[in-house]
Amino acid sequence: MRVLAAMSGGVDSAVAAARAVDAGHDVVGVHMALSRSRAQHRNGSRGCCSIEDAGDARRAADVLGIPYYVWDLSEEFEETVVGDFLSEYAAGRTPNPCVRCNEHIKFSALLDRGLALGFDAVATGHYARIEVAGGGRRELHRSADPLKDQSYVLAVMGPERLARSLFPLGDAPSKEAVRAEAAARGLSVSAKPDSYDICFVADGDTQGFLRDRLGAKPGEVVDADGKVLGEHDGAYAYTVGQRKGLGLTRPAADGRPRYVLEVRPQSNQIVVGPSELLSVDEISAGKTVWLADDVPAGEWTDVQVQVRAHGEPVPAQVRRRPADDGAGATGTGEAVSNVGGAGAAAAGADGARDGGALEARLSTPLRGIAPGQSLVVYSGTRVLGQSTITRARRGAPLPA
Amino acid sequence: MIVTGSQHYLDHAATTAVRPEVAAAYAEELTHLGNPSSLHADGRDARRRLEEAREQLAAALGAEPAEVLFTSGGTEADNLAVKGTYWARRAADPARTRLAVSAVEHHAVLEAAHWLASHEDADLDVLPVGAGGVLDLDALERHLADHADASAVVSVMWANNETGVVQPMDRVVALSHAVGVPVHSDAVQAVGHIPVRFDRSGLDALSLSGHKLGAPVGTGALIARRELALTPVEHGGGQERGVRSGTLAVAGARALALAVGGAVAEQEAEAHRLRALKGRLISAVLSSAPGVHLSGPDGADESAWLPGTAHFTVDDADADALLFGLDMAGIAASSGSACQAGVQQPSHVLLAMGRTEEQARAAVRFSLGRTTTADDVDAAVAALPGVIAGARRAHATQRHRTAGPPGVTSPTPPVAGSASSRPAAPGASAAHLAVPASPVPDPKVN
Repeated sequence: MRVLAAMSGGVDSAVAAARAVDAGHDVVGVHMALSRSRAQHRNGSRGCCSIEDAGDARRAADVLGIPYYVWDLSEEFEETVVGDFLSEYAAGRTPNPCVRCNEHIKFSALLDRGLALGFDAVATGHYARIEVAGGGRRELHRSADPLKDQSYVLAVMGPERLARSLFPLGDAPSKEAVRAEAAARGLSVSAKPDSYDICFVADGDTQGFLRDRLGAKPGEVVDADGKVLGEHDGAYAYTVGQRKGLGLTRPAADGRPRYVLEVRPQSNQIVVGPSELLSVDEISAGKTVWLADDVPAGEWTDVQVQVRAHGEPVPAQVRRRPADDGAGATGTGEAVSNVGGAGAAAAGADGARDGGALEARLSTPLRGIAPGQSLVVYSGTRVLGQSTITRARRGAPLPA
Repeated sequence: MIVTGSQHYLDHAATTAVRPEVAAAYAEELTHLGNPSSLHADGRDARRRLEEAREQLAAALGAEPAEVLFTSGGTEADNLAVKGTYWARRAADPARTRLAVSAVEHHAVLEAAHWLASHEDADLDVLPVGAGGVLDLDALERHLADHADASAVVSVMWANNETGVVQPMDRVVALSHAVGVPVHSDAVQAVGHIPVRFDRSGLDALSLSGHKLGAPVGTGALIARRELALTPVEHGGGQERGVRSGTLAVAGARALALAVGGAVAEQEAEAHRLRALKGRLISAVLSSAPGVHLSGPDGADESAWLPGTAHFTVDDADADALLFGLDMAGIAASSGSACQAGVQQPSHVLLAMGRTEEQARAAVRFSLGRTTTADDVDAAVAALPGVIAGARRAHATQRHRTAGPPGVTSPTPPVAGSASSRPAAPGASAAHLAVPASPVPDPKVN
């Protein structure tokens, strides 16, 4: 197969590219330039991808003996990933830009460009496994190393994209094993620290980034009864479940910490309260991407759900309603890119990417679920689907 | 024997193969020992060979040996000329704070000029060019009329590295000298390819680069009149008439002189040969697909361009994919400008010629050279339709550019000032974005 290996300059994508070469594929390395104003050098581990990172990726490609290009995806990235990040915060929701990047860039813009140029698939250094079940169905599973598993951020891909993806690191036992493999292969990035935080906020100051782009918008911090407790200078900087940085002048009457319960962009208020009010066990979500065509819509199914990239999955029941149900929301109607570029996805075209609604009933409550977060449905290690949270509430009464 | 990764090298404007006799002379010189500044026999020996090289270079370019300053290449020569002349003129007359450069200069001139403006309090005038890339002489005239007493230097390149368009140097010199302003020209692309005689040009300073004409990278020279005061950029031992310090690289000087001599001797025959090959390439490229435009002055004859350079913009094509496709097909070409760490920036030259940012990015420059054969041209011609088709398919996947579902784009503004392929038929704008209906030869890669 002709494989486009996305190479960030980090050790994971370098080893992934190496494994793709070993597997006998015809591999070409590509580094995505996601910002027009890239820094020359890396500044510690925060963020990605400076010109130095592009150089690290090039050297890795040299060692592997594969062609290497840098493709400019900065316009698409700014519009979709950064744009979504800002608009979601402005709307009082909590985005996950890594999910959006996988959705719009890595397995969309990049993949589409690759397919147009004769490639068969994109390979990345993500930790996740693809298993082919009976009947040829491709399944996305957690990686062998549960600590590194990134299936949560990949679940947004959908089956057509999954069919064109390779995750060569899926069965790696650990990050240390991958680093050792990199060193054994003569890849100089074996000792390079992992990048963390949001790749486009290089100094790690997300609040500062939001303030710069969205502007300071002072407003009130109120309790669940509407009483004003303090001030904030931008509701977008807060997320449900947050405890720090609330700017409250007086402690609560009961002396216990207060948490952000809700962000209200219309009134520019933040609602705070005690931790038990954060507790939710019913979640509504939309724009569902479903990978498991053997798990039909309309019925409650026993699963596990995960609502944070590094969160624990909890047992739950979910029920899907496909988009053509009328009651299910297709979200904002944004065009969904199919592999052939054939325009907006037909609702339920293959029964899978239906963009419809999903409800979840959790067996144990969770705290601090914010609208906009990604909910991923698992059955054991298998990813069944992904959906975007719109509401979360307490269905069962709180224990006395 | 030259080792290459590509099968068909058509990027001679980026660099060209070192001539075998030049490589031999360079290697031979490395077996000699002696610093040309030393007074003993070994030093004098080295000095003799250096001065022979200087004389050879000067003779080939119609200059005097004393006018030749060896540098590490074209960029250093440009920096020395622009900064050195500016500082010297301003030191002699503090009112002289202005400099003028064309909008299409190489970054080695532009960045030096911008740096003087932002750090040395210079007032910079960037002189516009027309849609065909030729300097607007009226703008130069106005600049000189308005600022004759404040102008330190004018710098206009002899021929552009991206488009190959040649500037009217004699007019630039005449206009500037009429009001006493010195003129520098970055002749890096011109020397050895079109007739360049320093004495006849009237220029005060001229830059050249060895690796553009068969000498190694790291060689070059600034030819500068004795009377032109130059403040040094490199301080040190005072070599090269106190203007450019640093131990003289005799091997590089010998290589440069030999290469320039060879190129100048062959220049007329090569120009004739390359223009014929290039003519075939241009007609074939313009008929390979709609929406392909040759960059340069409308209706001009072939002497308006360097003999070997043909630069095209391609409508509705992904810039990265154009060069990727050519590379995959074994053809080495470029988009004409250096990119920053692999990312294509829109060409400032094309922007100055009035192209949009999108047009200024999706460009291909073919530059033929000494080792180019008809076979190379044929290979480029054969590969191009498939490459363009792939680049257009890739472009169509960029949804953010579309108003509607993929497959629909906003119309590309018409490109003025160049020859174009026949205009797309109505409805063809969608057709060339989809997978072509008629079979297109698969690029080698498939």
